[in-house]
Parts: sequence; structure tokens; C-alpha cells
Amino acid sequence: MDFLIFKAPMLMVQASLDGILLGILFALIAYGMALQWGVMNIINIAQGDLVILGGYIAYTMYLAGIHPAWGVIVSPIIMFFVGWALYKLVINKVVDRDLFISILATFGIAIVFQQLMNFIFGADVVVAQSGYGTTMLFDNSVTLPNSKIFSAVISVLYAIALVIYMKKSRLGRAIRATAQNARAAKILGVDTEKVYAATFGINAALCGIAGALISITLTLHPYVGLPYTVRSFMIVIVAGLGNLPAVAVSGMGLGLFEEFADYILGTEFRIGAVFMLLVFILVYRRFKLSKKREYLK
Amino acid sequence: MNAVKQKDLILYSGLIILGLAAPFLFSAFKVQLTYLCVLIVLAMTWNLQGGEMGYNSFGNILFYGLGMYLTASVQVGMFFPLAEWTESGGEKTFVHTTAQYFQGIGVGLLVAAIVPTIIAGAIGYAILGLRGHYFAICTLGLGIAAGEIAGGIEIIGAGQGFTTPPFPAEIVDPEARGQFFYFLSFLVLVLAFVFVKYIYGSRFRLILNAIRDNEDKAEAMGIQTMKYKIVGWMCSAFFCGLAGGIMGGLIGYIDSTDVAFDGREMGVFMVLMAILGGKGTLWGPIIGATLFHFFKEGLWTFILGWQYVALGVLIVVIVVYFPEGLMGWLREKYPERFGEVIDEKDRKAQVELK
Repeated sequence: MDFLIFKAPMLMVQASLDGILLGILFALIAYGMALQWGVMNIINIAQGDLVILGGYIAYTMYLAGIHPAWGVIVSPIIMFFVGWALYKLVINKVVDRDLFISILATFGIAIVFQQLMNFIFGADVVVAQSGYGTTMLFDNSVTLPNSKIFSAVISVLYAIALVIYMKKSRLGRAIRATAQNARAAKILGVDTEKVYAATFGINAALCGIAGALISITLTLHPYVGLPYTVRSFMIVIVAGLGNLPAVAVSGMGLGLFEEFADYILGTEFRIGAVFMLLVFILVYRRFKLSKKREYLK
Repeated sequence: MNAVKQKDLILYSGLIILGLAAPFLFSAFKVQLTYLCVLIVLAMTWNLQGGEMGYNSFGNILFYGLGMYLTASVQVGMFFPLAEWTESGGEKTFVHTTAQYFQGIGVGLLVAAIVPTIIAGAIGYAILGLRGHYFAICTLGLGIAAGEIAGGIEIIGAGQGFTTPPFPAEIVDPEARGQFFYFLSFLVLVLAFVFVKYIYGSRFRLILNAIRDNEDKAEAMGIQTMKYKIVGWMCSAFFCGLAGGIMGGLIGYIDSTDVAFDGREMGVFMVLMAILGGKGTLWGPIIGATLFHFFKEGLWTFILGWQYVALGVLIVVIVVYFPEGLMGWLREKYPERFGEVIDEKDRKAQVELK
């Protein structure tokens, strides 16, 4: 094993810290996906593109001279309405249908989003400068951008706020009721149509927050949405629906995996490694379940 | 019965004559016609496992791209060092003679057909155990992973791409290149059609349909579903590999994510075409591919830059409003033509139930 990362223990610390901070961000996106998957039984391939769109909203604010960190408040508000509109236009027609239909339909939405973002914001890789500086740890051998710490803190805060909202508020309870049994909820007077729209909106808003954070910590490009979709999909199937601590843990695990894959395999294989991990996880679960003669459902 | 067969015979011979005459009739559109043949092959073989077997794969692009890289690599590697070719942009330093070119592409296509088939068989057991959308997402991941990984491998050109051998300069006829690729693709199309048609008349198709309709019950009836699923996937992979090999030669340049493992274009196209025409029918994918190709070629140039937006909207519209496709719609409208007998009473009763 002649890899740099095993020779320099400080790189290991660096990769671990980066991975965990990044993983918290992934977990936030995955939480949104778990929410709408659990409630509406839809797999949203456009998830990643909603994230990138949220990022571009923050980036636009940065271009206009407003500090991009305000994006974590503005972006989810705008994205909530984008999500709502998307639901009213397309998603409501695929809710009760075959899952493959929803995958293809959201795939179409993803293509439209990518191309529109490409028109509006250009095909360059952009980043919004937060100007937060970096923290040096362990005699300057580990550098940690403050923006990453900021993004992790904001993600955790929003996740906690959402959990409380889902537990306490009327809409939150309606959403949980619909997730348990849509038909029973309908009979008991829950307007499921509205619940679905709100769920999709909340999901888009979560994507907006994550996107705004990504715009200051990582980079934005119109076509990098799909890896975020796949990451959140992966986290959700590992963690299960509606299990928030597990989502957080597997998000961090994925972040760690990615950072280490980056060092060991090289940056050019990073996205490839993510997708291979997806295939590996699915196949692993398939063999595990087939021992019990069950299958993924 | 005999009369029906005669009608079929006239139809098929007419189509074959049309296919053979097409490059001379529409000599300016040879490349488009080649594309059309390849698209039909892809849609038809996707339908075999997407429509008939019910395993909606986004990952057949894996075999297509693999076939493309394999054909080009074999074609170069048989005569020249592959690494130097890709490093120098090859075609300037090394020149294929006519014989070498055709030998290379022949062997290359053979390899491009066989290796993806073997790979499909090898990974089939693991992947085809997944069901429904897990299978769809897993294959989507496979296709994209393959593109990303191919983009990092030096010997096949990595990120800068791979120039396939140019058509031998000794053949001076400017029409020759287009005609060669057209007839090659037409041959594959005929092969694929005969094969799929044969499957449609066989027990194999019934088994695939049984798997689609209810896999557990099929298994309970004593069908070894896994075996048939793998064979079904291998059939698709075989033709995808061939189609990819031809397209590589035609385009002349292979890029890992934009040409070979082009999930955003080819990978979606084949699904879309099959759905547009009607999944699970023999003629559906053919009609769907033809329509789609005309639509694409006709519209793309007018809406330059907006084509992906149009494509995305098209996907949403087709999938949401038209999931049964053209053949499904016709079937709903004229069930007698499809040899189905409708019990009017039953139909009325169902309407009342709704």
C-alpha cells in the first residue's frame, strides 16, 4: 500500500474532518428525499438539480452584492414555491402510478432544469466567496475552511428545526399521518393533495438550503446534480425511511468514503466511486435479503 | 392463415427493398439513416427486457459504450500499439490499410457483441435480483459509473477522447463510407428484427411476460426466473454492443461521457423510444424510434440550444400522459385489430365500477 494517505497521518485527519462535515450536508439532502419518498412514494431524480438550483439562487445573491450566507434563508423560501409549482405541474400526476413512471418523469424534469440553468448561469464552474477564512489545526497541518463548519452547523440547526416542526405542527402531523396511511388520513379529513404539495415543497426547500451551503463550500455547475441525487438515494436506502439519526450517520459515512476514495483512487474517479458504491450497496442488500427469501420493495 | 402470411411476406420484402434502396434514394441522409437503424435496434432490444420482462433498465448504455470502446480498441490494437495511438491522437502516425481497416472492424464488432453479452451474464445474477425501481436506479448508476471510470483510463484516451481509425483513404469514392456504415447497421437491424420476431413467437416471450406480470407466481409455477432474466438481458447486451461498435466507427471519435456512455442522450433515448411506440409490442419500438428520430432531426435544428429542454419536456409529456405509447393507444381504440375480443357487457360493468 504505497498511498500518500497512509504515510501521512495528518492527511487522514484532514480527510476524516472534511468527510464528516460534507456528510452532514449530504444527510440534509437525503432527509428531504426520505421525506417525499416516504410520504408520496416517489423517487425524485431531479433532487440533485433542485440542490444546484438552490445553490445558484445563493450565487445570484452573491453576484448582486449580498453575502451568500443569507442564501440559507432566501433560497429555501424560493425553492419551496418551485417545489410546490413542480408538484402542481407534474408530480401530482405520477403520485399513485408505477415508481418507474415517477423515475422517468423526474428524470425529464432533471434534464429541463439542467439545461435551463445552463442557459441562465452559464456552463462555468462557479463558487460564491463567503470570505470566512480557514481554521488551522494541529500546527497548521490540517486546514479547515470555516465555511464548511458553518454549513455543517446550519444543516444541523435546520434538521432539528424540521424534526420539531414535524412533531409539533398541524401540517407536520398531517404529513406523518399521510405517510402512514394516505387513505385513512383522507377519511379523517386530511387534505392529502395539500399535504403532498407541502411535502414536495419542504423537500425542495431542504434542497435549497443544501444548495446555498454548497455554493459557499463546494462548487456549482449545471450538470453536477445527478451525483447528489444518487448520494441521497444511497443514504436513504442504507438508513431506511424516516430514521433521522441513521440518515445522519450514513451521510457522514458516505462523506468519509468519498474523501478517502478521493485520496486513494484519485479525484478523477471520485464520482465513479460514488456510483460504484451505489451498485455495490444495492447488490449487497439484494444478497442479504435473498437469504431470507425476501426482496427489496 | 395463408393469406396472412402472404401479406406479411409482401410487407417484409417491401421493407427490405426500401431499406436496401434507401441510401441511394436519400443519398444525402445516409448518416441519419444509419442513426435510425441503430436507434431502432436499441429500442427494440431495450423493449425485450424493459417491455417484455418488465425490468426497466437505464443501464443498457453500459453495453453500448463498451461495444464502442471495444470495437475501436480492437481495430487499433490488432495492428498498432494502442497506448501510442491514443496518446498521439493516433490517426496521424499510424495509417490502416484498407484490408486492415475492414479486418479490424469485423473482429472488433465480433468482440463488441460477445464481451458485453458475457459481462451481462456475469453481473446479471447480482443485478437482476433487484426489482422495480431499485433495478432502474442500480443500472442508472452502472451506466454513469462506467462513463466516469472510462474517463479516467489512460490507454483508451481518458478525458481527451479516442479517435477511431479513419475510413481507409485508398477508397476514393466519397459515398463509400456512408454506404458501408449504413449497410452494416441495416444488417444488424435485420438480424435484430428476425431475432426479436422469433422470440415473439416462442415460449421464451411468454416466460418473460410471466416474469413481468408476477415474478413470484412465475417462480411458483416452476419457471427458473433468474435464468431467463439473465438470458433476456444478455440478448439486449449483444445488440447494444453491436450498435455501439457501429456508432463508434460512424462518429469517428469516442468521448467517455458524451459519446460512449452517453446516459443523457442515447441511454434515455432508447427508453423513451420504446415507451413512445408502446412497450411490449413488436412494432411499437420500431415506430417509436422512427417517429422520435424524425422529430429529433426535424426539430433539433430549429430549436438549437433548447433541444434538451424540449427533450426533457417530451419525456415528461410522454411518460405522464402517454405511458402506454402509440401501440397501446391503438390497441385501446381498435382492439379487434389486435385479435382481442371485448365483452361489451364486461366493459360497461367496468365503466360503472369506476
